[in-house]
Amino acid sequence: MKEYLFLFRGGDMPLSPEESQAHMQRWMQWMGDLGKQGKFVGAQPLNKTGKQVIGNKKMVTDGPFMEGKEMVGGYLICKAGSLDEAVEISKGCPLLEFESGIVEVREIQELKM
Amino acid sequence: MSSTEPVKQLTDHLFRNEAKKMVAVLTKIFGTENLQTAEDVVQDTLLHAMQVWKFKGIPDNPSAWLFRVAKNKAIDIIRRNKHSVQFDFSDSEKILLTSEYTVNSAMENLWKEELIKDDLLRMMFACCHPQISEENQETLILKTLCGFSTIEIAKAFLTSEETISKRLYRTKEFFREHKIKLLIPSIDQIKNRTDAVLNSIYLLFNEGYNSTNSEELIRKDVMEEAMMLCKLLTQNKHTQLPEVYALMALMYFHSARSDSRLTADGEIILLPMQDRKKWDDGMIEKGNEYMGRAAFGDVISSYHLQAAIAYEHCSAQNFKETNWERILNYYEWLCNISDSPVNELNKIVAFMEVHGPEKALTELEIIKGKKKLESYYLYHSLLGEIYSRLHNIAKAKICFESAIKLTHSETERKMLKNKILALLN
Repeated sequence: MKEYLFLFRGGDMPLSPEESQAHMQRWMQWMGDLGKQGKFVGAQPLNKTGKQVIGNKKMVTDGPFMEGKEMVGGYLICKAGSLDEAVEISKGCPLLEFESGIVEVREIQELKM
Repeated sequence: MSSTEPVKQLTDHLFRNEAKKMVAVLTKIFGTENLQTAEDVVQDTLLHAMQVWKFKGIPDNPSAWLFRVAKNKAIDIIRRNKHSVQFDFSDSEKILLTSEYTVNSAMENLWKEELIKDDLLRMMFACCHPQISEENQETLILKTLCGFSTIEIAKAFLTSEETISKRLYRTKEFFREHKIKLLIPSIDQIKNRTDAVLNSIYLLFNEGYNSTNSEELIRKDVMEEAMMLCKLLTQNKHTQLPEVYALMALMYFHSARSDSRLTADGEIILLPMQDRKKWDDGMIEKGNEYMGRAAFGDVISSYHLQAAIAYEHCSAQNFKETNWERILNYYEWLCNISDSPVNELNKIVAFMEVHGPEKALTELEIIKGKKKLESYYLYHSLLGEIYSRLHNIAKAKICFESAIKLTHSETERKMLKNKILALLN
């Protein structure tokens, strides 16, 4: 098993309170399934506020945080046998209920000991 | 009664009832090694409720209100401890508590009403872990699952408050070291483990029946709670043992008589003087029903015998018609199978009714566990009763006075004072 990082982008659509609750329930379902299979490692949403620190001059800027759809809104780390399996898992992500939702799936390099 | 009194009564009842559920769920969440954290959350929640309700009144659904506050406090603790390894959330139902995406829903799922019964049951079994001494087990049940204060537990055990605090501390240490899981025990362990649970339930019941509260003798809510805990055992297929039903029967027989035990002013009415018309036939009926269900397997437990004794009292038309021979018989059997000085004492009461005070006095002099009993008011009260029947007024008075010094209950004191007055008439 390797670990994969899912970066969540976009998908930030206004929802009614009922829709929003149902949507969160689906996150719960998706992550809960990963948990039951022992594949869940961790996940957190990110706040919209932040800074960028750039280059050897360590220049600090507000953003640029681009358009909503390019901003990383959160991450999840899970275990999977292969990149293909990780991609299959990512397809269940409720973020992809939105047309603008993007899940970037990246394999985390293993520490070579 | 002041105007805040009904509110206080309602909250006492509600708090006691909801606190144990909250402790059970929170212990499931944080693990037994963090029982103190669970208790702290409950304590904070109840304090918060008292402050808010004082101004805003009691909410429509107070129990839901308390649960919501407790959930939020639990989430706050999880967020504060995010980077420490204090909590073990590795199993699948708890792992989603680690993510902000799911912490609210995951918390919500852990508080589902239909799970709480089993949470309480698991908590009861954790309290009764075989590596915890029996008295520590019972102490913890009374504290965490019944919301008892240390002073109330101290009286139930005939010991000091300090001893009780030490026991609680040691048990929590044990949980911390061994990270005991909350489980229903396996088939081969369930019998022994259930015995300890029943023991504590019956202690709790007696605490209600004989109350330590000097203002109020019978606290029905305490009795009801004990019965509720026992009922939980009757509802889970792994814990439906004959002795569980027998204890249920016993508690119903006692409850049936509780209304006739007090005057309107809260004074104790002794068995010969009780108005048997006040005995609750419905409860006696319920007791019989459980007695019937207890009659399977090959075990006659102390609860079967005590229920049989209580049934004899319930079924006697009046005090004179009480079948004391049969009751004495049951007590002899009871003393053979259980090592309880209080049972020995009760046996002598029955013995006196059958064989008279003179022989009873001889029996009492050689009673088992005399040393322990001498610190117990009932011993002196019975001795007083024996001397009174022997017309030895002076000695009877001394005994009743010793008994008065040993009880913390105002009503018991009053009852004993009345006995002294009756001697002098």
